[in-house]
Amino acid sequence: MATAAATAHDAHAHHPTGWRRWVLSTNHKDIGTMYLIFGLVAGLIGGALSIAMRLELQEPGLQYFTNPQTYNVFVTGHGLIMVFFLVMPTLIGGFGNWFVPIMIGAPDMAFPRMNNISFWLLPSSFALLLISLFVEGAPGSNGFGGGWTVYPPLSTSGHPGPALDFGILSLHIAGASSILGAINFITTILNMRAPGMTLHKMPLFAWGMLVTAFLLLLSLPVLAGAITMLLTDRNFGTTFFDPAGGGDPVLYQHLFWFFGHPEVYIMILPAFGIVSHIISTFSRKPIFGYLGMAYAMVAIGAVGFVVWAHHMYTAGLSLDTQRYFVFATMVIAVPTGVKVFSWIATMWGGSIRFTAPMTWAIGFIFLFTVGGVTGVVLANAGVDRQLHNTYYVVAHFHYVLSLGAVFGIFAAWYYWFPKMSGYVIPDWIGRLHFWIAFVGANLLFFPMHFTGLAGMPRHYVDYPDAFAGWNRISSIGSYIFALGLLVFFYGVFVAFSRKERAGDNPWGAGATTLEWTLSSPPPFHQFETLPRITGSDH
Amino acid sequence: MTIRNWNRSALAALGLSIPGHAFAAAGHPEPYQIGFQDAVSPVAEFVHDFHTALVWIISIITLFVLALLVTVVVKFNEKANPVPSRTTHHTGLEIAWTIIPVLILVGIAIPSFRLLKYQIELPKADITIKAIGNQWYWSYEYPQDQGGGFKFDSYMLTREDAAKAGQPALLAVDNEVVLPAGKTVVIQVVGADVIHSFSVPSLAFRMDAIPGRLNQTWFKTDREGIYYGQCSRLCGQNHAFMPIAIRVVSPEKYQAWLGEAKKKFASNGGDETVKVAARSTTVE
Repeated sequence: MATAAATAHDAHAHHPTGWRRWVLSTNHKDIGTMYLIFGLVAGLIGGALSIAMRLELQEPGLQYFTNPQTYNVFVTGHGLIMVFFLVMPTLIGGFGNWFVPIMIGAPDMAFPRMNNISFWLLPSSFALLLISLFVEGAPGSNGFGGGWTVYPPLSTSGHPGPALDFGILSLHIAGASSILGAINFITTILNMRAPGMTLHKMPLFAWGMLVTAFLLLLSLPVLAGAITMLLTDRNFGTTFFDPAGGGDPVLYQHLFWFFGHPEVYIMILPAFGIVSHIISTFSRKPIFGYLGMAYAMVAIGAVGFVVWAHHMYTAGLSLDTQRYFVFATMVIAVPTGVKVFSWIATMWGGSIRFTAPMTWAIGFIFLFTVGGVTGVVLANAGVDRQLHNTYYVVAHFHYVLSLGAVFGIFAAWYYWFPKMSGYVIPDWIGRLHFWIAFVGANLLFFPMHFTGLAGMPRHYVDYPDAFAGWNRISSIGSYIFALGLLVFFYGVFVAFSRKERAGDNPWGAGATTLEWTLSSPPPFHQFETLPRITGSDH
Repeated sequence: MTIRNWNRSALAALGLSIPGHAFAAAGHPEPYQIGFQDAVSPVAEFVHDFHTALVWIISIITLFVLALLVTVVVKFNEKANPVPSRTTHHTGLEIAWTIIPVLILVGIAIPSFRLLKYQIELPKADITIKAIGNQWYWSYEYPQDQGGGFKFDSYMLTREDAAKAGQPALLAVDNEVVLPAGKTVVIQVVGADVIHSFSVPSLAFRMDAIPGRLNQTWFKTDREGIYYGQCSRLCGQNHAFMPIAIRVVSPEKYQAWLGEAKKKFASNGGDETVKVAARSTTVE
């Protein structure tokens, strides 16, 4: 510890200050902080879009969106922003940058300058996406309203204006940013672990990030190819996806989902890692079945690449094709089950302290389970045909992403905030935030199972009167969830105004990973003398 | 007891009355419904039975996980259990929670594959019609050799017109698809401009209408009535406003309707080949 403090003083004298510290940053913690702030800003914009949608859907009839196409644009913007500019930057760029190097005992990322460009590509990508909202898409209206999946021909002949060209370029840049980030993480994790830290002693968050980085590296180029073909179909007369020229719209769907399905695991695997650490810390027990947990993530990542067409059961796939994808998709439930049960077994026999991060993590386990089991229902093509593109699917993926990944983000926030800032958020604030968010999100998303079963399709600006009841409840839930964000900001405000110092390890004996051996906040450059790993604490 | 029945009786028990409808109970959603719309075809019944079994399985699993979490919270909090154990492995347990889910999934897969085959393998058709998705309405073609030879468009009624007709808003259309009860109907589905999706929940089919691709699905029902559905693939501005209404009538009434329809839609030829989506170069 003494060494760490000494280095801190040393480093403070040398590192750049003012705007240079941030814009020209090559420091993984500063870049992580910028990612977190960026994700927060983007998340607020994406969240505002969803509140506008829930306001519209609170009653049948057209209330606010006199042009239904504008509603479609909001839905599309919400999806793209939450996936590419909230969840990915926060979990991977934010917490990944901050804690992967520290947890593996490395001084920084392997390629610090590349880390800088990874981040700075993202605001430009986001700017392009925001610009696309304000230029013409479909004839007579602004923005692209074809969903985050961008299926042709709606994304080609259906949106002749330049809005989607901005969107495609935005995705290209976001993809390049993520690919560079993935290369950085893979190199860092494989080459820069502290002496003694074998892969099988590596913390599970680093494992989650390693698998995530491989998924990014292998899936994003496929998306890039697909949207490039879309771009040339739109602008240069090619017909990759146009049957009139021998192309096939379904080809796009295969390419998109070859990226799109691994993408959902990209969003959840880092959260898996985070939740593992929180559960272990506050149970004061090591992870149960560590190797099983690590390889369950590897298995989820691997199998995640061969299940993509379960998003396409209604596209007219042959019987044998559908049979295969039903089978392959159900396989994923097995490693996912291993994770859920191992988390519970970690808590079993523990001495649990219900702090804010622990409350979020336990909430994550339960709600992720709810979202997971409806995934098993949807895996069956026979039943999916009844539920495809209904609100049941919306409920399912919000349970795993909004209540899964986003709860994981908040759990990580309350867990690592004292480490990152050096200040304490009063624990009751985090727990109050949790309970408001828990009630709000369940009110918001659980009724969507019912409207979906009853047949309400997605992407609908207006609906038959029979769906009004559950929709009103969903809308109220979304306002409650939004209210919870005020509590979140209050917590941040209290931390920075009271400036109550957090100790090096505010969480006690259960917190065994390397970040808790550093000061809070950590020195500008840590581990100038590499730590030597001897025990096998995960 | 099915979920649908449970829904009604539960609501009744809560003293919530379900407003009476002037139209049939199957074929459309109801307020605060929590399950599927009534099944009126053999495929739909299969879907419902299988889904009911799945709901049991996933509910038991979820409640099991919840029970474990509650146990952990009660028994292993720091007050109740101040000294944590150091157990990190239990091979038997780990094998069990791998093998048991596998067995459950195999149990699910067997009926799942049967249902899939039943849906996908088309039986011999008594009647074949074609549904064409357009921005933003459906057109239907009845072939010449089955007493048809006409084509018509089907647009959503406005809220006012639907109310006048005593039909649910956003589901009612001007020209319904009329088909006979007790016959196997094969529906060819295709998109004229962008991808749409042809779906009627009570009949349990959903098939994407894709430009340049002829998809087929089927149903058969003995129950007369009107069955509503909605476009299920985001297709642009009026995606929410291109419903589907299938009216199933007796074979006699169907023959009478064919005669009327032939006159009514005489100006529309039914022999047109499927139009492949026009390229964007023609967009005005």
